[in-house]
Amino acid sequence: MGAVEYGIQNRKVDDIGLIQGAARLTPERIQKTIQKVLAGETGAKLKAYSEICVRCGLCAEACHFYMSHDGDPSYSPVGKVKQTMWVMLDKKGKVSPEFIYQAAQVAYTECNLCKRCVQYCPFGIDTAYIMLVVRRICHLLGVIPQYIQDTAHSHASTMNQMWVKDDEWIDALQWQEDEARDEIPNLRIPLEKEGAEIMYSVIGPEPKFRTQLIMQAAVLMNEAGMDWTMPATTGWDNSDMAMYTGDNEIMARLKRDHFECAQRLKVKRIVMGECGHAFRSIYDMGNRALAWRMHPVPVVHALEFYWELLRDGKLKVAKPFEKTVTLHDPCNVIRGRGLHEKAREVVRAFCPNFIEMIPNREHNYCCSAGGGVINCGPPFKNVRVQGNRVKAEQLKATGAEVCISPCHNCHGGLEDIIHGYKLGMELKFLIDIIYECMEKPNAAE
Amino acid sequence: MVEIYNFVVGPLAWVGWGIFVVGIIYKLIYMYSLARAKDYSSLDYMSLPFSLRSIFVWSIPFYATNWKRNPAMTVATFLFHICLIAVPVFLLAHVVLWQKFFGITWATLPDQAADYMTLAVIAACVFFGVRRATDLRARYVTSYKDWLILILVASPFVTGFLAYHQIFNYKFMIILHIVSGLAWLALIPFTRLSHMFLGLFTRAYAGSEFGKVRHVKDW
Ligand code: SF4
Ligand code: SF4
Repeated sequence: MGAVEYGIQNRKVDDIGLIQGAARLTPERIQKTIQKVLAGETGAKLKAYSEICVRCGLCAEACHFYMSHDGDPSYSPVGKVKQTMWVMLDKKGKVSPEFIYQAAQVAYTECNLCKRCVQYCPFGIDTAYIMLVVRRICHLLGVIPQYIQDTAHSHASTMNQMWVKDDEWIDALQWQEDEARDEIPNLRIPLEKEGAEIMYSVIGPEPKFRTQLIMQAAVLMNEAGMDWTMPATTGWDNSDMAMYTGDNEIMARLKRDHFECAQRLKVKRIVMGECGHAFRSIYDMGNRALAWRMHPVPVVHALEFYWELLRDGKLKVAKPFEKTVTLHDPCNVIRGRGLHEKAREVVRAFCPNFIEMIPNREHNYCCSAGGGVINCGPPFKNVRVQGNRVKAEQLKATGAEVCISPCHNCHGGLEDIIHGYKLGMELKFLIDIIYECMEKPNAAE
Repeated sequence: MVEIYNFVVGPLAWVGWGIFVVGIIYKLIYMYSLARAKDYSSLDYMSLPFSLRSIFVWSIPFYATNWKRNPAMTVATFLFHICLIAVPVFLLAHVVLWQKFFGITWATLPDQAADYMTLAVIAACVFFGVRRATDLRARYVTSYKDWLILILVASPFVTGFLAYHQIFNYKFMIILHIVSGLAWLALIPFTRLSHMFLGLFTRAYAGSEFGKVRHVKDW
């Protein structure tokens, strides 16, 4: 292998969840768990992927981690599979606790499950899926970075991601209603309105530390004349970190709760805020965990919702947003749902000075926060910031003053990248710009 | 020598072809039932038009983004696979055998063309080998199995070439050629070479997911 042995063993990060989890393992338990997952939960897909991968390495350049590490092949998609799943398969699960530690670090913190590599492999091999199987095994073994496991615990005990208590949730809404009423005196955030057309759902972090987004969405709903409501019970949180820890049981419970909440309120559809992973949970993974082909209640992502409002003339531009902007395409709603053109129509309507970053649309690089990586917390911040130099270069090349990132995870990730690489860019949600520049017919003079 | 020759083009050929055909059928049935039992949440999204779209698009050289990014690999890959299939199927000497044993026949390649195409396969194998040894992306994930497969795939072409040009002992070479060719066929269903048929299905699945569910291109 030459002088340098590339691999995760050279870059282990101390994390209490991984350390303590691995310390509790025995080789027997590891083997039993791996075999159970492989035999019980995987099938032809994993077999075919492992067997036919011709080890060509063509997927390497799909991955921002590889692109940001000067050709270190252990960051390539197939390099990650080599260090995790292939060993488990080859050894039929006979691996050490130390191996599980390293496999967990690769799967939880060095892959964003962004699926860009699927578009680059001639066989369409889905490395993200393989990494999810590795995570599933690590979850069952209890070897999970502590921060993200904490969010999964929160989901399990409160049905939201951020330990938000029932009354805190309602408080946050009333507080934001109050805030909004300074500008729009007639505004209400209708709680528990049965039969409303729309249930608006957000992710756990919104009431916790991005509350202004709730206010802005309320203004949009109000000014566009929507018949909408928000739930006062659990089910308001559409986020889902359990999906990323490998806790499929909790993932399914969360989605059921979310949809049942909408059904209880008898709404016609759910509109969700600017979040990518929550959309993935509803549209791709959570629904399948519950054996639903698609979500049982229609769901519209914010990007599509804005687009609809514009098309129907319910959202109007009062003044253009003059600064130069670029748009980051979040994987889960672009590569995951193809909303790129709609997003662009909205951006162009508000921002005359729009600059594309390259590559873009479904070929955009991931923010490196997705797939739960940012939720693995401070111990792994450098992993994702250094692992996405290519994103910094991509942003810088646009020369734009503002980067629009219509996704919570991307937002967090890009913020760190912008600071880490001193790009001096402003970062905004699309609703920030819409709120600033839209016509508000009910606003007080 | 003659007995050995008769044995390899007779019973051994039946065995080689038999394992190839039965092996593929077995593998397809096995994988399909496994997918039905364990991967239903993927199988359910399969779509014929999007499957075909994906297979078609990826079959065009320099069309997919990644084919454009890796021109040398693209040329080698396409040249290799086209010649790899065309030479054995349309070689006059092979078609003659089909005619002799089964009385069927079809179009053939001029010998000169087949000769160049054989060289192209060998050259591509050398390219793959050099790339495997020097390009870190591939080298990092290469195991001894990948080398064996490469040698296995190259050997019927090397021996065929040597036999055709009567380099070394012709009779010996031709037997080696047939044996390695049959080994190659027989191993297709059970090694990485199964990408020959399983690859179509993984491609089809990626095409279906990306086309039908994700509404984006998978290339
Ligand atoms: S981060 Fe994205 S491109 Fe890289 S291996 Fe994971 S899914 Fe593939
Ligand atoms: S591009 Fe596909 S076949 Fe090649 S190494 Fe990557 S996953 Fe394997």
